Amino acid sequence: MNQDVIFNSHVATIPVFQPLAAQPATIAHLFTTVLWICAGIMVVVCSMVFGALIKYRHKEGAPEPKPYFGNHTVEIIWTVMPSLIVLWLVWLTIDGMGQYYPDLSKKDQADITVVGHQWWWEAHYKDSGVVVANEIHIPVNKKLYVFLDSADVIHNFWVPQLARKLDAIPGFPNAIYLEAQKPGTYLGACDEYCGVQHAWMRFLVIAQTPEDYAAWVKAQQAPAASPARLTGSAAHGAKLFHDMTCANCHAINNVPALYPQTAPDLTHLVSRQTLGGCIISNTPAELTRWLHDPQAIKPGCRMPNLKLSDDQVADLVNYLETLQ
Amino acid sequence: MSQTATTVMTGEQAGHHEHTGLWSWIATVDHKRIGLLYLGTALFFLLTGGVEALMMRIQLMRPNNDFVSPELFNQLFTMHGTTMIFMVVMPTLIGFANYFVPLMIGARDMAYPRLNAMAYWFLPFGGLLMHFSWLAGGAPSAGWFSYAPLSETPFNSTHGVDYWALGLFVMGIGSISTSINIIATIVACRPPGMTLFRMPLFVWMTFVNSFLITLAMPILNASLVMLFVDRLFAAHFFLPEHGGSAVIWQHFFWAFGHPEVYILVLPAFGMVSEVIPVFARRPIFGYGTMVGSVVTIAVLSFGVWAHHMFTVGLGNAADAFFAASTMLIAVPTGIKIFNWGATLWGGSIRLNTAMLFCMAFLIEFTIGGLSGITFAVAPIDWQMNASYYLVAHFHYVIFGGTYFAMMAGIYYWFPKMTGRILSESLGKWHFWATVIGFNMTFFVQHFLGFMGMPRRVYTYPDLPGWATLNLISTIGSFILGTSAFLLVVNVILTSRKPANAGNNPWNAWTLEWLTTSPPPEHNFDYIPPVHGRRPLWDLQHPELPDDAPAQKEAFWDPIFDKFKVGMACFIASESFFFLMLVIGFVFYNTSLHMGAFNAHTLDVPKSSIFTVALLGSSVTLHIAEHYMEAKRRAAFLGWFIFTIALGLVFLIGQGGEYYHLFTTGVTLNANLFSSSFFILTGFHGFHVFVGLVLLLIVLIFAFVGDYNSGKGEIVKTIGWYWHFVDAVWIVVFSTVYLIGPHL
Repeated sequence: MNQDVIFNSHVATIPVFQPLAAQPATIAHLFTTVLWICAGIMVVVCSMVFGALIKYRHKEGAPEPKPYFGNHTVEIIWTVMPSLIVLWLVWLTIDGMGQYYPDLSKKDQADITVVGHQWWWEAHYKDSGVVVANEIHIPVNKKLYVFLDSADVIHNFWVPQLARKLDAIPGFPNAIYLEAQKPGTYLGACDEYCGVQHAWMRFLVIAQTPEDYAAWVKAQQAPAASPARLTGSAAHGAKLFHDMTCANCHAINNVPALYPQTAPDLTHLVSRQTLGGCIISNTPAELTRWLHDPQAIKPGCRMPNLKLSDDQVADLVNYLETLQ
Repeated sequence: MSQTATTVMTGEQAGHHEHTGLWSWIATVDHKRIGLLYLGTALFFLLTGGVEALMMRIQLMRPNNDFVSPELFNQLFTMHGTTMIFMVVMPTLIGFANYFVPLMIGARDMAYPRLNAMAYWFLPFGGLLMHFSWLAGGAPSAGWFSYAPLSETPFNSTHGVDYWALGLFVMGIGSISTSINIIATIVACRPPGMTLFRMPLFVWMTFVNSFLITLAMPILNASLVMLFVDRLFAAHFFLPEHGGSAVIWQHFFWAFGHPEVYILVLPAFGMVSEVIPVFARRPIFGYGTMVGSVVTIAVLSFGVWAHHMFTVGLGNAADAFFAASTMLIAVPTGIKIFNWGATLWGGSIRLNTAMLFCMAFLIEFTIGGLSGITFAVAPIDWQMNASYYLVAHFHYVIFGGTYFAMMAGIYYWFPKMTGRILSESLGKWHFWATVIGFNMTFFVQHFLGFMGMPRRVYTYPDLPGWATLNLISTIGSFILGTSAFLLVVNVILTSRKPANAGNNPWNAWTLEWLTTSPPPEHNFDYIPPVHGRRPLWDLQHPELPDDAPAQKEAFWDPIFDKFKVGMACFIASESFFFLMLVIGFVFYNTSLHMGAFNAHTLDVPKSSIFTVALLGSSVTLHIAEHYMEAKRRAAFLGWFIFTIALGLVFLIGQGGEYYHLFTTGVTLNANLFSSSFFILTGFHGFHVFVGLVLLLIVLIFAFVGDYNSGKGEIVKTIGWYWHFVDAVWIVVFSTVYLIGPHL
């Protein structure tokens, strides 16, 4: 599969320990502390086991050791010591919790509402009214209130570098803070098993400077090229988009689909880097392959194989490529 | 009634059954044969679940692989988890318990040999039901915890999840039956001198474990009933779009699921506690603390379930509570690790295969426990939950812990079961292949978690490092597969050698090593007086006994009637089942808008009449028992028949109520009120029906004139059941009819 465009550059190797926001940074720090505590305990246990194996191996002809049934003082020591460590860990936990759960009573003011679908993500921006799929643009250094919802089963919104993970559960409101301290593209994934294509419910968070972000919002707010002005193959494609029932599920230019919320809005399709929950890059060649048979690329996904002819696919691609 | 007097058995009493052939295995009620059946079944399913794991690892060995389809991959991990937990680990532990608990306490057999056989056959039956799904439209693919609503019909329309729920329900009944049997055996079938606090630790931990199974499995079964009613009768307990709750399934499932984690590990602790002392040549360090800590773990295990739900969004208060309660478990677990270690210090360690597996257990299980600690720190879970770090964690616990302990148990007890010692040289190959394969497979998965790889993905993009680590993991899994093959080879080769292990090849101290290898059907020709925790040591070293005989002889040591013990456990188990249904009723009737039908729909005065009938039947039964004891046959029969009549009045009344509700549109799936009402009162009605059948059986015996020939205890035991059913109705009636309308 051609995913080069998506994953080619600047991907963090160990995102959990390369946080770029205050909250995951706190977690990474806490994690490191706890791992060191665990390493200390591991050293104690290993010395106990291997020390005994070195020191007390059976020697030929040695007599049976005298029975020894235990020692309460020692046992009290290794009850109290772990208890103190546990107290320390409980304190670390509570200290580390902080404000990870935004106030749900303010969910109407959420900057972004993210809705999980089998198997793609939809994001609505409150201020700009922009609707996107699988690629969430955010301005840097702004702590955003993200409301999480699900259209079907339980999903989980996970961008290790930028936020804690949290489930998107139908009928159970949830919210997180999302923030990026540096411009860049960050990988996200669904982290709750949600059905056949759980693996390809990936997404990107694209953090931009305020200027770039403003420009992106402006472009997204602009309507797509009107089909009426198209000619030739693209115009034919625009007609096919309706005749072949694509428009039943995919909205373009705020024309609501017949079955809303079943498939991504395509108004600015070309502005995205990926297709199908990051399974392929968004290039004309890959889009052509996708339209020929989405089931061959993402088996089980909701988009059926419409058995389009080569010409029909070419026309559709020409039309979709106008959706800048 | 109890078998406590069975200290001396002669060969003549051992029965005259056919001892060979397939039928002798199918018809057997011998606890040792049933134990071997469990182990054989577990081995079969181990290979099944292992092949499923290897297929997954082949698929994941490189990015964007297409060795299996996404659908098949999801079926594979669902079946792998379910198989390994319910058809491999639990049967293995129960199999060892079946074989060795009676031997270790010096009993002739389990308390109820026929129930024991029945409980075993539930396992292959449930396992076949579940695996039949492969042929009936596809195996379940909702994961081993079947989170709703993914597991519900709209998102899972084949019958896989139905077979999954049915299979688990059936196997759950089997596990509960065995556990009640084990408890009754331990409580009621110990010979004189074998006091509770002289029992070997394996028996203790199996004992505690049996309580966990008895109380936790009904929680699962109640949840499965609700899921099943959702799927087959179109109710919507767990379907949010119709007012149900996806989150309550998680609460219900993990209320079972976390005790289940300890069910999978406690008997393994017991095995290690037997093997380490024998090969370190020292008694276990701190026996009392070992018992106390296992009881503590079991109690705490019911209060930690929501640590599986830190990413559900329950809020800081709930997360903090469950984080703290979870970490508490680290204390008793830590004590165990240190006590095992302390047993080694000052010993004379024989590092044979069984002991090697114990040492590996100590290390690997500690790694799993420590990564568990990191998950208990809730904010870390907010980052790492459901990643490959989690996959690594629980494999270190269940594989690194339980599996290694089970292997130690196999090498340790194989001579007792077959009369042959497994090859040590092949055993060492087996051990090192297991250790290397296991760590290669799972240690790297910690790092895949840090790198952001979610669990349960059928493939992944070619991100830096992912391909390499996944390939290492896959290679490791094949080494692991080879190690299981080496075990099978070792067993086969050893079985061809002469049975010359002798009674006690390890010079061990517990009672099972007193008898022949393999033991005769009646287990023991003679059981010596038990004065301490190591009866065979006391026999060999009369000059240096563990405890002076007089010292602890008077220690409180109850011996109860085995039928009453069994019934008490059964009632406890059923109580948890009904508790879940009651909680479900209260939850659905308080939290949600019910619409057309609700508890106001019920006709309370009419229900009160048949309620009075049922409660009255408890009184009449009590009077009947009184006359039975007074040997007044006619009065007994009269009151007993009156009891049955009152029970019938209740069932007819409930039937009338149901008919009325059905005709007014209040059906099983009308809304959440009706669904929760019908499963609660319906299961109660079913229990009344079963009670009536039992009473009728007693009545028939009574007419034959058999009720006072030593069967009085049985009548009383059935009476307990009847009183329990009445008590449940008091709770149900108060909740549904009296409080219900005001919820």
